[in-house]
Amino acid sequence: MNSSSSNVPTLTPTTYFRRQRTLATLIFIVVFALTIGAGALTRFDVVDMFTAIPRVAAWMAENLIPDAKSVSRLPRILDTLWDTVLMSIMASTLSAIAALPFALLGSTTTMIHPWVATAARIVASINRNIPVAAWALIFLLSFGQSQFTGFLALFFASFGFLTRVYMETIDETSSSSVEALRATGANWYHVVSQAVMPASLPQMISWELFVIETNIRSATLVGLLTGSGIGFLFDVYYKSLQYESAAMVVVALVVVVLAIEGISNVVRRRIL
Amino acid sequence: MPLLQVDQLVKDYGDVRALHGIDFDVDAGEFVAVIGPSGSGKTTLIRCINRLIEPTEGDIHFDGNAMRTLKGADLRAARARMGMIFQHYNLVTRLSVLENVLHGRLGYKSTMAGIFGFYSDEEKEKAVEVLTLLGLDAFVYRRSDQLSGGQKQRVGIARALVQDPRMILCDEPISSLDPSSSKVIMDYLKKIQTELGITLFVNLHQVDVAKRYADRILGFREGRLVFDGPPADLSGDVIRDIYGTEAGELIIE
Amino acid sequence: MIASVERHPRSGAIRLRRRNPARRWLNGVLLVLTAMTVWGVATIETGSVPFGEAVVDTFRYLGLMFTQPRPTASHFGVPEGFLNVAGAAGYVLLVTLALSFLTTLLGGVIALALGLFAAQNLTNARVSNAIKGIVAVIRAVPTVLWVLIFAIGAGLGSVAAVIGMSFHTIGYLIKAYSESFEELDDGTIEALRAAGANWFQIVFQAVLPSSITSIVSWTFIRFEINFAVAVAMGAAAGAGGIGFNLFMSAGYFFDIREIGFITYLILFVAMAMESFATRLKARFLEQGS
Repeated sequence: MNSSSSNVPTLTPTTYFRRQRTLATLIFIVVFALTIGAGALTRFDVVDMFTAIPRVAAWMAENLIPDAKSVSRLPRILDTLWDTVLMSIMASTLSAIAALPFALLGSTTTMIHPWVATAARIVASINRNIPVAAWALIFLLSFGQSQFTGFLALFFASFGFLTRVYMETIDETSSSSVEALRATGANWYHVVSQAVMPASLPQMISWELFVIETNIRSATLVGLLTGSGIGFLFDVYYKSLQYESAAMVVVALVVVVLAIEGISNVVRRRIL
Repeated sequence: MPLLQVDQLVKDYGDVRALHGIDFDVDAGEFVAVIGPSGSGKTTLIRCINRLIEPTEGDIHFDGNAMRTLKGADLRAARARMGMIFQHYNLVTRLSVLENVLHGRLGYKSTMAGIFGFYSDEEKEKAVEVLTLLGLDAFVYRRSDQLSGGQKQRVGIARALVQDPRMILCDEPISSLDPSSSKVIMDYLKKIQTELGITLFVNLHQVDVAKRYADRILGFREGRLVFDGPPADLSGDVIRDIYGTEAGELIIE
Repeated sequence: MIASVERHPRSGAIRLRRRNPARRWLNGVLLVLTAMTVWGVATIETGSVPFGEAVVDTFRYLGLMFTQPRPTASHFGVPEGFLNVAGAAGYVLLVTLALSFLTTLLGGVIALALGLFAAQNLTNARVSNAIKGIVAVIRAVPTVLWVLIFAIGAGLGSVAAVIGMSFHTIGYLIKAYSESFEELDDGTIEALRAAGANWFQIVFQAVLPSSITSIVSWTFIRFEINFAVAVAMGAAAGAGGIGFNLFMSAGYFFDIREIGFITYLILFVAMAMESFATRLKARFLEQGS
């Protein structure tokens, strides 16, 4: 504090703290006003919020204990969950394969032409910024209620994300070695296969695993919207008030997601 | 005929002129050191020679090729005849030393052979031979990020050498190294010049190193060539002229 | 012959590399992912719609959406007229933004408190690991299920949406905040402790002031993410806002050009926020993501 006050003669410690306090008060008022506004706009009921939490806690305590019926449904649940996992992995892997050329064309390290790079980045940005729910509804129109609709939604949403992180990975890991290989007279294909891929692949796989984890969760949402997979199964139990079975779906999902996260972490440690 | 001819070379970055019409020749077998403060255009110049950076105006002739007119395969062939080593070594850190060295052969490869990394037995033998020459025979399969700075730079030199180059461009080869590794690297570069007859074109930060190793020194200041002569002619006045009075005094001490 | 060089037993050719475990794991992962993808492609159900027809339709719809976007006034519940529709669209967009704001605020406050206990330099390892473990479980449940679970207690609407969306927000921000706190030099904390400062003084005088820029940046980045989540919850869990309109035009009205209009709205807001978040990241958060 002393050094800053000696640099700026008018700013004594007292005025410094007063100014800080005024700023803090101002920010608090703005946030408070925004909160009131947002609450009114969404008809948010604070009392409701505080009463909902114990009610839900009670519900969870009651329904998370599986009953005979929900246990008998476990094979069905696991079967659907497996389909959903497969679909998520398939969407993630295929979108990674599609994202790679876009990332190579869009990265400043490996781009072949600035216009192509800009085009690749725009395509990726549009894909990424349309939420997965919107993709699901768009494809629902032509592909109807099916797993394939869910696949397309996850594919397009992950594609934009992966293109972006792959571009960043390429720029971070390989810009210096790319320069060296170009200096030896290597062509673009050589540079990509001998410098960029060996350097970035582990990080790219790590992102791919992250997208698989995300997509398994998103698949539930997409399934709700497109009437397929684990999301649809939850919806059916939920709407028919079979909460024990719905809770069973949640428990199974949690176990699978945690397992996949665990596997991913082991793999990451080994490859990075 | 000189190995490298640079005529009226100009490089602009937007409105900023980095090189103001540079002229010089380099004969085969010379050891040329380029000195000058940061931002004097050394780095731009060395990258214009192999066209990692596109010059704005002027001509560069290397080994009978007009570099600025070359395209595609011809440019690659010309680049293959000049090696380059870098301040930060620029290795593919996840690959083995041997794989990094063999990257020096990519300029001679077809697209497919390069993509799959097919190297002939002769190329591999040659790479191991060069590594042995540089004292790295025990590190052939080491991942290159597990090496020390001096060892990495020797891998960089090996990569340049397997190119079978007529000239090696060195961009601040010892600026990231400690004094003893620096000496090892400079001694190897000198050996490459005297024993293999390869021309060396070296950007250097250290004036004393340039004086000790080079046959000829080029001095740059603000994108202009202000000194071109043997180390003996590099007087205190010239150094002050290149680096400015204050920094010059420190260097001369 | 150099001793350290490995040669192929028959041809005598030099090997390029030794077998190494990292590369084996990498190849293994690639193999497993490929196998599961092939399996997925072979078994996925494409529904009752003829596949070729659906592909053609998709391109037609996408073309229509992006080249001729147009809202339908009655779907927004307003009379025809540019101002009416613009007002109604702006209103639902604001509702979605408000939901993400409330979620980010609620989640941020809770995460700030818990983040202090998750930071390894401010607490002991057991508490930190316990918090991280609970967060992992909470994050394993998809947001849409949290919202629907809370809808049982609070009914479908903004309360269930905000609470449900807060869970992942809290998990995300605890990680981001605690890592920001951990960046504070151990020496600083030690010096303050040596000067007789207690835990609260350390937190309020050193930890929070020095990490305030990254806290604000991360909070905004989560707000950006929450916008997309709020769109999804509007569509799938009755949270209202623009997502619900999207759901109606796709699921009930089959109004492709309106879907285009809404998609453009979402895209516009999301891209504006993304470019701001990218700038924040570059300016205040060195090691990104």
